[in-house]
Amino acid sequence: MAQDKNQEIETHTVSVLVDNEAGVLARVIGLFSGRGYNIESLTVAETDPKNRQSRITIVTGGTPMVIEQIKAQLERLVPVHKVNDLTMEGEYVARELALIKVAGKGTKRVESLRIADIFRARVVDSTNESFIFEMTGSTDKLDAFIRLMEPLGLIDVCRTGIVALPRGPKPF
Amino acid sequence: MSSVEMTGAEIVLSALRDQDVDVVFGYPGGAVLPIYDALFKRNDLRHILVRHEQGAVHAAEGYARSSGRVGVVLVTSGPGATNTVTGLTDALMDSVPVVCLTGQVPTHLIGNDAFQEADTTGITRSCTKHNYLVKSVHEVARVIHEAFYVAKSGRPGPVVVDLPKDVLMAKGTYAAKPTSIHRSYRPRTKPDADAIERAARLMAAAKRPIFYAGGGVINSGPRAARLLTRLVRMTGFPCTLTLMGLGAFPRSDPLCLGMLGMHGMYEANLAMHGCDVLINVGARFDDRVTGRLRDFSPGSKKIHIDIDPSSINKNVAVEVPIVADAGEALDALIKAWRRLKPEVDRKALERWWAEINKWRKRDCLRFDRGSKLIKPQLAIERLYHHTRGRDVYITTEVGQHQMWAAQFFRFEGPNHWMTSGGLGTMGYGLPAAIGVQIAHPEALVIDIAGESSVIMNIQEMSTVAQYRLPVKVFIVNNEYMGMVRQWQELLHGGRYSESYMASLPDFVKLAEAFHAVGLRATKPEELDGVIAEMLATDRPVIADIVVDPAENCFPMIPSGAAHNEMLLGPGDESESSGKEEGMVLV
Ligand SMILES: Cc1ncc(C[n+]2csc(CCOP(=O)(O)OP(=O)(O)O)c2C)c(N)n1
Ligand SMILES: [Mg+2]
Repeated sequence: MAQDKNQEIETHTVSVLVDNEAGVLARVIGLFSGRGYNIESLTVAETDPKNRQSRITIVTGGTPMVIEQIKAQLERLVPVHKVNDLTMEGEYVARELALIKVAGKGTKRVESLRIADIFRARVVDSTNESFIFEMTGSTDKLDAFIRLMEPLGLIDVCRTGIVALPRGPKPF
Repeated sequence: MSSVEMTGAEIVLSALRDQDVDVVFGYPGGAVLPIYDALFKRNDLRHILVRHEQGAVHAAEGYARSSGRVGVVLVTSGPGATNTVTGLTDALMDSVPVVCLTGQVPTHLIGNDAFQEADTTGITRSCTKHNYLVKSVHEVARVIHEAFYVAKSGRPGPVVVDLPKDVLMAKGTYAAKPTSIHRSYRPRTKPDADAIERAARLMAAAKRPIFYAGGGVINSGPRAARLLTRLVRMTGFPCTLTLMGLGAFPRSDPLCLGMLGMHGMYEANLAMHGCDVLINVGARFDDRVTGRLRDFSPGSKKIHIDIDPSSINKNVAVEVPIVADAGEALDALIKAWRRLKPEVDRKALERWWAEINKWRKRDCLRFDRGSKLIKPQLAIERLYHHTRGRDVYITTEVGQHQMWAAQFFRFEGPNHWMTSGGLGTMGYGLPAAIGVQIAHPEALVIDIAGESSVIMNIQEMSTVAQYRLPVKVFIVNNEYMGMVRQWQELLHGGRYSESYMASLPDFVKLAEAFHAVGLRATKPEELDGVIAEMLATDRPVIADIVVDPAENCFPMIPSGAAHNEMLLGPGDESESSGKEEGMVLV
């Protein structure tokens, strides 16, 4: 596409307020797959049961022109109320939750618990030879923890993808 | 209207009537029988029985585009619904307001692979502007009213409403057309005053300006075309039109450069390439228009008026984006221009016109007028000549004949030209002509067709016969998928793989079999007589115009080339550096 300075790939966190109606997630995902955009992470749940609205948080990558397109295309969908590009609109808090299963005995087991403590991960399930840690944090922090667990008997990881809100008192 | 108990099917029809619908293009089947039954009992809705559901959608498109109203389609579940997919995609690409009602198996059977079940909302999600599955009779009226609102507001498009049979048979109350605004979909139509001001200033300072107008002007309504015409004349700037925009500005006006793009006018494309200010009104920088993007209009500052924000900065970065309805924006621009009373650089403008007139002198549409065979260009030129001054509506199929029609038929006003631009759907023209003729019973409606395309929906001749529609099918018969043959000649070493259309029917006999009149011209001397006879016939006609099979459509910008790398005629070798690159493009 157009100018070279606009060729760099950026990662953006986009928050989309939608009517919680049948097929709305399929519309959003279909838009990304149909037009060849990336989804790095996607979370969705009803956030306003009274008005039956859900918030979808998408982390996506692309050149600035593509990111603009993604937002414009999302806004075009009929059940979409609002699209916010958190990356463009000032500071925001982004959090992800992960469950991490680690199995091991002896020193490895002790070491995993020690690191979990440093990272403020909680033990939510424990057997003689395994733990499930629950951890909330930024994507980077989760990545770092999971990397440290690898040599200590990492079995499975389950992550929610990012949820995010702008900082300060103002709403979206 | 007070709240009356009725069946879902009756609610559907009441809602259609409330939306001022008086004609529906459709085809019955098990899942929509309740609607057909309700239709049988009332006489305020006309139903046109097509012969294939694809034809119903194209007919609705032709109806919509020639009248500015919403086209309505009614089909059954499963195969009825899947047959509409091409038409819906066509309407989506060309922004045509269509509401398509599809039957569905009863709600308790959905997901069971029931007889004639298809996941219609799933299948049509990416080829509609929006779609609905109605799961309760209490939702029917609201959804249908909303469907019309969505189809016609903002950038228009097709909307599917999927109606399970039990919902159609259940009893509910009818709720009349709502007056409240939609909870989330409220497209912007009024332009930003600041942007208008900047646009006007940019235009005032231009030395080599050009207007580039598209289908958005037509979609906005006849007023937008009038305003465009006024603005162009006020400024004295040249104006070029896209395939979809033909008729938005009168072709006879000396300021009109004709169509631009892949088979556009030499002067239009070179003016786009050389301009310093480009004013895009309701066009979308489509790849058929821009050619190689990095060399598209390299020296210009660009203003882009579009009702769809996602069209702006999609392919081409612009300096002044204006999100608005074309008519509203033009109105505001005219006012801004009057307020500014700009002192345009007359000298520069004169030089610019001198340059353009030099390009015009190349006479890029010239063709061999001494040929012993009928040249396809001549066929359309004569057709235009014979129909001048009449209220004539043209539809086309897709291929060379379509481009020649765009080049040689000169449109003076909007809504008289119906062609499949975005999707390029062979088989569009005949059913579209049916829709146009239904909307304009007294008008002259001609499908300028290719012999290969027209066969794709030839069954609709039967619809033409049933409703005694005096549609004229003007076949530019080159016995080839001419456009495919042309690309094979120019890009694939003349290896004409599967592009010869063997075993064609005898179109004269075919016409007779469909209760129409069949005519044929094989020599240039016969052309005028056949056209005159066709026009004098008040019944449907198929005119088989046998033309030179080897003729190519020029000018041509090969795929992936830039505007200034146009081929003007046979023997004109492409100097495009991007030939390899272009081969992968369509
Ligand atoms: C449904 C469909 N299938 C295939 C194509 C590809 N295609 C584009 S033009 C063309 C040939 C059309 O032949 P004809 O109708 O005879 O028109 P001509 O080019 O000869 O004027 C084909 C096959 C298409 N546009 N649409
Ligand atoms: Mg042909």
